[in-house]
Amino acid sequence: MQMKRKERVDRGIKVRTEGIYAISSWREILYLVFPRAILIFGLLSLPIIFELAPYWKRVINIMCVYAIIAISFDFLANILGLVCLGGGLFVGVGGYFSAILNSYFNFPIYLSIPLASISGSVFCTLLILPCLRLRGVYFAIITLIYPLFFTRVIEALNILGGTNGITGLDSFPNQFVENYLIIFILLVVLFGLRRLINEDIGLVMRAVKDNDQSVRASGINVTYIKTLAVFIASFIGCLSGAYLAHLYMWAGLSLFALDFSIIPIAAVTIGGGGSLVGAVIGSLIIVPLSEFLRFFGTFRIVIYSVILVLFLTLKSEGILVYLTRKYQQFERWISV
Amino acid sequence: MQILIYGLINSITLSLFALGFTLVYSISRIPNFAHGAIYVTTGYLTWLFMNLLNLNYFLSCVLSILLSCIISALIYRLVLIRIRGMDISEVIATYAVGLAIIEGLRWGGLRGSTYTLPPIIAGSLEIFGVIVDYQRLIAVAISLVTFLFLYFFVKFTKTGLALKGIAQDERASMMLGINSDKMAVISFIVGSIITGISAILIFPLGNIVVEAGYNVLIFSIAVSIIGGLGSWGGAVIASFIIGFVQILTEVFISSHFQIVVALLAIIVTLLLKPSGLFGKQKELEERV
Repeated sequence: MQMKRKERVDRGIKVRTEGIYAISSWREILYLVFPRAILIFGLLSLPIIFELAPYWKRVINIMCVYAIIAISFDFLANILGLVCLGGGLFVGVGGYFSAILNSYFNFPIYLSIPLASISGSVFCTLLILPCLRLRGVYFAIITLIYPLFFTRVIEALNILGGTNGITGLDSFPNQFVENYLIIFILLVVLFGLRRLINEDIGLVMRAVKDNDQSVRASGINVTYIKTLAVFIASFIGCLSGAYLAHLYMWAGLSLFALDFSIIPIAAVTIGGGGSLVGAVIGSLIIVPLSEFLRFFGTFRIVIYSVILVLFLTLKSEGILVYLTRKYQQFERWISV
Repeated sequence: MQILIYGLINSITLSLFALGFTLVYSISRIPNFAHGAIYVTTGYLTWLFMNLLNLNYFLSCVLSILLSCIISALIYRLVLIRIRGMDISEVIATYAVGLAIIEGLRWGGLRGSTYTLPPIIAGSLEIFGVIVDYQRLIAVAISLVTFLFLYFFVKFTKTGLALKGIAQDERASMMLGINSDKMAVISFIVGSIITGISAILIFPLGNIVVEAGYNVLIFSIAVSIIGGLGSWGGAVIASFIIGFVQILTEVFISSHFQIVVALLAIIVTLLLKPSGLFGKQKELEERV
């Protein structure tokens, strides 16, 4: 009997554009630029498309915030191999630091956000530093516990506004700034990190994920690399937290909420891990979805979880990996 | 005296549901974050059987434990079996399943204080000048009986020995013809039986609320991390530590701090001695 199987072959244009010859024709340049351009111009034009729907312009902000947190999760989990379930830790610390600076010390907004990001990420890095030697489940558990711990401490000690949170923060001057600031941050973070992981240091980071002992044997300080990566990831997370606090003009316990841990993870799982763009695409899907599902109340968490489990078990590669494969390769039947 | 007696009772009930968590982990190496969800589900199912179907108390207890066993076996067969061995996917998947169950119950109407299970025997007793209600005493008695059963089950039955074998060395026991997946399912079932028993024993002391699911999960994790993940004796000793600390914080500080102390204990243990007090999994600690 004639047996057939499927074979995947790289498209000719993909192979041609890998080298320096990409500049030889417009078609090949277009092949390379097209996906990136769609993402950039798509994100930039979102506020214009939704000009008449102010509610959805808010949703765009939230979506970008989740995308940034998802990028930070993806960076730590799939590049460095540290699974940090504490997205809420970064957001909460960033938000509270920014609120303290803005509300108690009267820093203006353009100072409080960057300062809060830096000081918050130093704080988060110091918290995570002792657990860097933990592995797998242990690291995941401790990072999951941190945000819960801070929530309960703030609740129990009734500091920093207690359960009411810190109110009356400065808002952004107008909605244009509000929208484009976060989109700009998202693009810078996305392409900056993609640049970084293709540099030498990125290579070392991926090596730490695969085999840390051999990295250590090469005379590279693994702890330093990990600390650096955690600092970068928590900087990104704190930045989005600080932005969020000013967006809501309020910093409260919900900044430490599990939403900031579970939704980015769902986004990365759906979008496809390891490429950072997958995180953005995942949030582009899941955050608007959650707005549609707002009608269902808490039931939407159930829907997320079910989607997450389905993707995790049935389609663990994610959407982006699938699309990339279709874009770069074609399939054909060959006889065996 | 009050602290001593209540601490003892608290510790024993704590160790019952923590043992459910640590048992599953030690056998299948899956941190079952859906543990709290199973706990709440069993309590709620018992309530449903009693109040909607008007079944007898003991019958509804048995039925709900049976159903929650089926649920957790299904969680393993449908979800976890596909991602076994990938640490992180396991954590995320069990957590997502647990979240789905808990939030689904909340959405399905499990809110407020209308859901209560009756105690097995109402009333209270005075021991050494401390008033203790019968429910707590029965909880302690049944917990001890469960421990004994578990001990004999693991020590003297074929399945129990197989479970122990898988927990000690998975590869070697697979070579001896023990089916690892089957044992993992059994561990999930045994774990949910223990969790279900603890739910039925502890819920009559208060209302059935979904938040209990999260708290039970946190305390189970605290206990099993302090005792060393996967170590059964460690879990029992750690639950005595946590149980007494809980009562002490409630008496001397305030009940708000109970969970803070548990979380702090997890953080401190993980930072200072990640393998726990009695953990054997040194290989999980990284040498860098």
